Amino acid sequence: MASILAVDDSASMRQMVSFTLKGAGYDVVEAVDGSDALNKAKARKFDCVVTDVNMPNKDGITLIRDLRALPNYKFVPLLLLTTESGMDKKQQGKEAGATGWIVKPFNPDQLLKTISKVLG
Amino acid sequence: MSIDMAQFHQVFFEESFEGLDIMESGLLNLSPGEPDSEAINSIFRAAHSIKGGSGTFGFTEISDFTHVMETLMDEMRDGRRQITQAAVNLLLGSVDCLREMLFAVKEGQAIDAERVAEHKHALDLEQQKSGSSQQDKSLSAHEPLSNQAHQSDSKVIGWHIAFSPHTDLLKTGNDPVRMFRELSVLGELEVTADFRGVPDFYQLDPEECHLSWNLVLKGDIDRAPIDEAFAWVEDDCDLAIQPLYQADDLSLLVPGAENQVSANRAQHPAAEHVVQAGVSKPAEISTPVVIKEKAPGDEAKNKGSTSIRVDTSKIDTLINMVGELVITQSMLSLIGEHFDMSKQDQLKNGLAQLERHTRELQESVMNIRMMPINSVFSRFSRLVHDLSNKLGKKIDLKLIGEHTEVDKTVVELISDPLVHLVRNSLDHGIEMPDERVAVGKPETGTVTLEAYHRGGNIVIEVSDDGKGLDKDRLRAKAIEKGLLDEDAILTDKQTFELIFMPGFSTAEQLTDISGRGVGMDVVRRNIQALGGNIEIISELGKGSTISIHLPLTLAILDGQSIAVGDETYIVPLGSIIESLHIKEERINRVADKGETFLLRSEYLPIIRMHEIFKVPNVKTTKLSEGLLVVVEGQGVRCGLFVDDLLGQQQVVIKSLEANYRRIEGVSGATILGDGSVALILDIPGLVRLANQ
Repeated sequence: MASILAVDDSASMRQMVSFTLKGAGYDVVEAVDGSDALNKAKARKFDCVVTDVNMPNKDGITLIRDLRALPNYKFVPLLLLTTESGMDKKQQGKEAGATGWIVKPFNPDQLLKTISKVLG
Repeated sequence: MSIDMAQFHQVFFEESFEGLDIMESGLLNLSPGEPDSEAINSIFRAAHSIKGGSGTFGFTEISDFTHVMETLMDEMRDGRRQITQAAVNLLLGSVDCLREMLFAVKEGQAIDAERVAEHKHALDLEQQKSGSSQQDKSLSAHEPLSNQAHQSDSKVIGWHIAFSPHTDLLKTGNDPVRMFRELSVLGELEVTADFRGVPDFYQLDPEECHLSWNLVLKGDIDRAPIDEAFAWVEDDCDLAIQPLYQADDLSLLVPGAENQVSANRAQHPAAEHVVQAGVSKPAEISTPVVIKEKAPGDEAKNKGSTSIRVDTSKIDTLINMVGELVITQSMLSLIGEHFDMSKQDQLKNGLAQLERHTRELQESVMNIRMMPINSVFSRFSRLVHDLSNKLGKKIDLKLIGEHTEVDKTVVELISDPLVHLVRNSLDHGIEMPDERVAVGKPETGTVTLEAYHRGGNIVIEVSDDGKGLDKDRLRAKAIEKGLLDEDAILTDKQTFELIFMPGFSTAEQLTDISGRGVGMDVVRRNIQALGGNIEIISELGKGSTISIHLPLTLAILDGQSIAVGDETYIVPLGSIIESLHIKEERINRVADKGETFLLRSEYLPIIRMHEIFKVPNVKTTKLSEGLLVVVEGQGVRCGLFVDDLLGQQQVVIKSLEANYRRIEGVSGATILGDGSVALILDIPGLVRLANQ
């Protein structure tokens, strides 16, 4: 099953994302912030990365920019978890190389639908 | 599929309350006029997390409210809004409101809608004030464009989509095939690829996308899901989506850029490939999702259960210790299997090891309950900020030793008494700025909260550099209130302790800040209930220091067992000063006042344990034949007359009140190694009892 790196500094959101994806059979690894995520992403290759935007120690946008620069993550789907109000964030995210976004608040079904969309 | 979101609530509440604390302390540290971007960022981030979480977990009232706050802070962050003291105060108030909302939701209570509306209104007003005329662009800019080309009469039978990605589309991880697959779920999809943009093989960069597509999607389909399929790439491609009408000729429908495509198409018919849409059927795409129903045990929602966050290293130590214990246990059972006297030494070693590990294990378990006092201290920045504003005083709060660890129960119970003490310091201790300047003190007063360990105790001190306690005034007041005889002789310490007497208050009039009808006597009683005591040192004109001494933990006590007749009692080790035999000539008997003895030029009262607790069969009633244990409690020293000292041990405190009722002079009970019950003495209570 595809592997997913779930990045969020909020423990509840991270757990929710991770629990939902694990329940659907994905292999999920959690990271607590951008730099944690980058280290984990370098250690092994994930099929998809889902990241929050506002985080300490490297925000989601910078994380995506850094990931895209890695040869292993050139074409990997990188998704942002963002709020409706963050339109400019979506734009910044796109410029950094994000594949797309999932708008908060979302429910587990929406999350799974989006993930299954990008992972096929 | 259903996932019970409630399982994440506890974590959400915990992190949200933490987030609120971060917001609060961040706001308090914001200086108006000079934005510190990192500080604002962390405040914003905390708000943002709460908003995201509350939205996701279905607490819409909270997410709506946080959204308004967030917007305000976002503007501050971008420098679009000035940071004013008024705005900071408003946000602080909103943090309070938010905390109440969260608390209500956590406890399953209704949110105080009126209060929320009030705050929201204030936030809205503040937001309008800024004159940030730039309306939320994001909202208007993304007004759905659908229906704009809707031709009223004819029926829409599908859509024609001309999709021409920019060359770097693939570099964002987007895959056109994925999008087509998504569309194919909606209806019958016909995909035609246009290869004309593909360069010569030698110039081809495989990482770039040079294809474009014409799609015909047939069926009764809304525009929205189609927009959604392309939402992530709308800026990375040229896209035209047109409705198909019944009996429409396809070629007529392709406007603008697409005209070109269709025109070209005629010239290069060979360059077209028709890809059948049914590449993959919906059923194959959707991933089967199985989420386990939650176990029946999860049903029980432990309402009101408290949790504690524990440093992982503490858990590791614990696991380590248990490992050691298991090894010792297996060693002992090996010895026991074929035991003979030759193995006696091994057994002794093993038992000694067991004892050591048990003690270590106990310590590490107790350690888990320990948390930094910071969680109490941190809220005082806010209190001092608000109160000094209200009082018109300038006050700095200094926190020292906030990482000192104390038992969780202490943390929970010490807060109220401390609030009272700090309020007192602010209200009565620190003078108004002009008064301070007049006596040559810096204009800004300092209140210090300090915590440290001393012996088996934790000491918490509240000190200020204010006006201090006026001994003469205290005395006069006590006499006036009939709490003190006019001719009583008091030491300085005793004079200061007058403020702990019930019904004593020196403030000329009660303000709404300190005197809330709760006096220092209640503070003292609360601290005594925690097994601690409170002392005050003060110098007129220089300030006061109030120290609270508390036991490190409330569950275990280092005790000295004493024998009185057939009974065993436990005296808290911390309250024992020394134990001695006394000579007859050092004993004085005062008629009706009991007995005293002379210890290094100090007369101490003697409490005969067997008399107080009416214990029969004592070894001796003659003072010179027994032992005197000199103890101290709340500044009072006395000698306990006992038969014997037995040994020191750690005892687990069991509440007497919970199992029987409160008894003066006894703070609890414990179970000894032989299974018998021993009472734990409460020294101050014992002194009171003896005086009756």
